[in-house]
Amino acid sequence: MSLFLRQSLTIAGKDLRAEWRTKEALNASLAFSMVILVLFSFALDPNPEMMQEFSGGLLWLVFLFAGALVLNRSFAREMQNDCLDALLASPVPPAALFIGKALANYALLMTLELVCLAEFGILFNVRWLANVGPLMIVMAVGTWALTVVGTLFSALTVNLRLREVMLPVLVYPMMVPPMMAAMILTTDLLAGTALGPGNMLWIRVLVGFDLVFTLLGVSFVDTVLVG
Amino acid sequence: MRNRIMLLLTVAFAALLAWNLKNILLGLPDEARQDAVYRILYFHAPAAMVGLTGFGVGMVFSGIYLATKNLYWDTLAASTTEVSLMFAAINLVTGSIWGRQQWGVWWAWDARLTSMLVCWLIFAGYLMLRRAIDEPDTRARLSAVVSLFGTVNAWFVYKVIEWFPRLQHPGPVLSFRTGGKIDRALETPFYWNVLALCLLAVVLVMIRMRQESLTREIDSLRRLAHA
Repeated sequence: MSLFLRQSLTIAGKDLRAEWRTKEALNASLAFSMVILVLFSFALDPNPEMMQEFSGGLLWLVFLFAGALVLNRSFAREMQNDCLDALLASPVPPAALFIGKALANYALLMTLELVCLAEFGILFNVRWLANVGPLMIVMAVGTWALTVVGTLFSALTVNLRLREVMLPVLVYPMMVPPMMAAMILTTDLLAGTALGPGNMLWIRVLVGFDLVFTLLGVSFVDTVLVG
Repeated sequence: MRNRIMLLLTVAFAALLAWNLKNILLGLPDEARQDAVYRILYFHAPAAMVGLTGFGVGMVFSGIYLATKNLYWDTLAASTTEVSLMFAAINLVTGSIWGRQQWGVWWAWDARLTSMLVCWLIFAGYLMLRRAIDEPDTRARLSAVVSLFGTVNAWFVYKVIEWFPRLQHPGPVLSFRTGGKIDRALETPFYWNVLALCLLAVVLVMIRMRQESLTREIDSLRRLAHA
């Protein structure tokens, strides 16, 4: 295994271990997602026709809102005892640090999303098991888009006074293209439409976004963290 | 010397705008279906052109800052983005007014206008980020990265929203897009207005640059006084 990958996995393992011991980000984001889902039931009339039309959008909004809590903690966790400085002084290159953090965030976000999906299915009577394979592919590719942009901006905002506010202000507008694609695809899949030539364009948008922003993130994390 | 150039450009802009206004308001006939309101196009589209070009130019200046670490380029990037944001706002407001007249609603979630709104939000975040950081080098470094991410993302937004099934914006009318379907008498004032708004943008960027250099001077005097 290459050194870069080993370093990234070490960082990811460290983050996941820290989260497993405290469960602070995961618990907070799960509770928050539950609250949003309950509030949606009051904001919208959750009848079957409406859910067929809006389910993808609602689901990704929950992922986006609850995900911000996980992403905010990613680098903020390292502020105590100057851990970020120690990480930067270690032989791990910033790019491996970024990929490691992104992998840990990805695992946390996917866990959060799977729980939300189950909650969503029960609370709003949405049958998502019919197209579960393609749905997992869309969630996997869409979540990486959120993870990669969110992790970089988490690093970028870590030292700011208004960190908690600045992260969503910067990340949410950036997430419009992948979220639009993910929402359309998820709505299609939950309504029973399979992936095909009609919606393949949106998979390409998601994959393209993932590739471009992963490349940008790896290239610029050094500038963001070190200067 | 700089003041003289600024004055010259301002006079050129004012004269050109007055001449354009005379031609657009008095020289051109009303449109058959839209009546007089179509004239908003002469400000709406040039504002979008200047705004979007400005975001791209701002990204180039940010890139030069990252390569040279000279704060002059950061100031230039921030001034250009700020002025471009104003032109994007002009585009949004004029588009909304036209929509109210033609479609009966102030905001129809039309694809083009929505993509401009998303770009506006991305770069409003850029300016907010600048306000949240006091240290000039950190501010320059981080905002340069946001400018780069923002501009790449703006391209995604522009393309993706075009594919979204909500395009109701009028199609292209200029001859370089349609192969000469528009009357030359209607098209010529458009290009003159693009030039007028470009001149205005340059003047405003120069004013912002002067303000920034004065701010830096005041800051250094203040530091000297407190030393």
